[in-house]
Amino acid sequence: MTEPPVISIRGLVSRFGSHLIHDGIDLDVNRGEILGLVGASGSGKSVLLRCAIGLMPTTAGHIEILGHVTGQMGDNEAKTLRHHWGVLFQDGALFSSLTVGENIEIALKQLPELPAALVTDIIHAKIALVGLPADAVHKYPSQLSGGMRKRAGLARALALDPDILFLDEPTAGLDPIGASAFDELILQLRESLGLTVFMVTHDIDSLARICDRIAVLVDKKLIVDTLPHLLEIPHPWVHDYFHGPRSHAAHIGE
Amino acid sequence: MTTEARLDFLPSRDGTIRLSLSGRIEVEHLATIAAPLEDFPLPASGGSLVMDMTAADTLDTAGAIMILRMERRCAAAGIAFSLSGLHNSAAQFLAHIRSIGEEKTPPPPIPHPVLELLERTGRATFHLLAEIRDILGFFGMLSITLIQSLRHPSRLRGGAILTHMEQVGLNALPIVGLLSFLIGVVLAYQGADQLQKFGAELLVVNILGVSILREIGILITAIIVAGRSGSAFTAQIGTMKVNQEIDAMLAMGLSPIEYLVQPRIFALVLTLPLLAFYADITALIGGATMCYMSLDITYDQFLLQFQNFIKLRTLLVGLVKAPFFAFAIAMIGCYQGLKVSGSAESVGRLTTKSVVQSIFLVIALDALFSIIFAKLHL
Repeated sequence: MTEPPVISIRGLVSRFGSHLIHDGIDLDVNRGEILGLVGASGSGKSVLLRCAIGLMPTTAGHIEILGHVTGQMGDNEAKTLRHHWGVLFQDGALFSSLTVGENIEIALKQLPELPAALVTDIIHAKIALVGLPADAVHKYPSQLSGGMRKRAGLARALALDPDILFLDEPTAGLDPIGASAFDELILQLRESLGLTVFMVTHDIDSLARICDRIAVLVDKKLIVDTLPHLLEIPHPWVHDYFHGPRSHAAHIGE
Repeated sequence: MTTEARLDFLPSRDGTIRLSLSGRIEVEHLATIAAPLEDFPLPASGGSLVMDMTAADTLDTAGAIMILRMERRCAAAGIAFSLSGLHNSAAQFLAHIRSIGEEKTPPPPIPHPVLELLERTGRATFHLLAEIRDILGFFGMLSITLIQSLRHPSRLRGGAILTHMEQVGLNALPIVGLLSFLIGVVLAYQGADQLQKFGAELLVVNILGVSILREIGILITAIIVAGRSGSAFTAQIGTMKVNQEIDAMLAMGLSPIEYLVQPRIFALVLTLPLLAFYADITALIGGATMCYMSLDITYDQFLLQFQNFIKLRTLLVGLVKAPFFAFAIAMIGCYQGLKVSGSAESVGRLTTKSVVQSIFLVIALDALFSIIFAKLHL
């Protein structure tokens, strides 16, 4: 394995005013991997994701994505890099004044112009890819259910065939059937599109089912390992997290 | 980085059209090759087409779709399509994209413009009528609860009323003062310009006194308050609605009318007359300043003329309208706030609507008062 990691974070420090959120975080995500990020509410999981995609400035540290050091890039380099990742925000964050199809189209419009017929085909393929019915393309986000909005958000994130997919609590607010269907979809997309997935989640079932490795954010630091190894870590929060009643319900640690 | 995507047309051999794709067949490099490929003329006579992909390094969804489109075009034209030199993984990927299907739904039909205009007019008329009915209903409900709480003053929430009075009254003093001062300056300047031609400069004081005290002072104040506080009422109550706070109140048995609407209405009804009086005074000061500067009417002369010709009744005729305007602004503000549905987007939309409606109501009421006062010879 000589290929460098797709995402490489070294010594990340971030703070809100005087409040320290991350104190020296190191993380590598390898190509084709699904990494789950967990932590207590308010521990800065989403902040870490926002730092990684450059929506939030960091106080110190080094973030390298696909060989580009974020924060040291020119505007053009940053723009190109953004075409190589897709982000799914919590409730999809679809543009409410546009239909699902137009939401995907607007992502494609950032590139040099493609023939209109090809664009239409690409949009329909992305919608089919995330398992939405074909008629969703002309619907507005307000006409979709929560689960469909997430799928539509995922279709938009996949519009430019990214290498990396950032997911912020992809299964939150979905019923268990919808949530496991979404997990299945992520696995399938990783398989077919060769995606690297970085997901923030609270869903212990998703963790057990689809994540190759898990990063636990405790005491402003990260502990990264595979699930079986994490189960043996004596840290009280980590222990409680993976040995709690909910974990047992998900058949973790049995 | 490897080379970008390339499309080459190779010489055909034995009636077989040969194309070659090379480089990175990815969405960001497609622009140069997609259009020539889409426009590539296919012979009507059948035959076969081979697409050589030996030199293609990568293939993504968009690239695969482009190839599949070509495949479909060939199938439609009765041309045998084949790919050569495709990497194993790319072939699997292409098969996967082919398998997700190409079901498409046509966009919804665009209705006939005239019919659509008629439909929209009808819809808007119904909405307008329904809204008038609902506002009247809200007015009725509000009147009943207001009368009830006036009979039991202990149920009035004094603290909340004072807080709202501070927000809509005290905090509005700077902007109301500045704007009415400027209006006074403008009126005096325009009046002076005309009256100077007749040598009747001093009459500008009468014009200022009557127009400001009867109309301008209260109207300007009401419009500022509608934009400033009516919108704030809608936004505050609307945000509570979005956060399900109103539902929580109802579930706990608390009345939103009593806790949210009444304090705002009382606060505005008590505050607007005071604000209007303050606006009258600052507008007159603005007018007097302008008179002194451009007409050389001293402040003493101004006051003397004012005292001789302007009656207390003029001031009262203006101020008596204030509570009615206040009630209309607060009622519309709260009504639209309570109409907010789940989304944050509707807060913005209804806030705009609330301002438009309350300014409309203020001016309509003002016209009504003019007619009433004219009939009463006031």
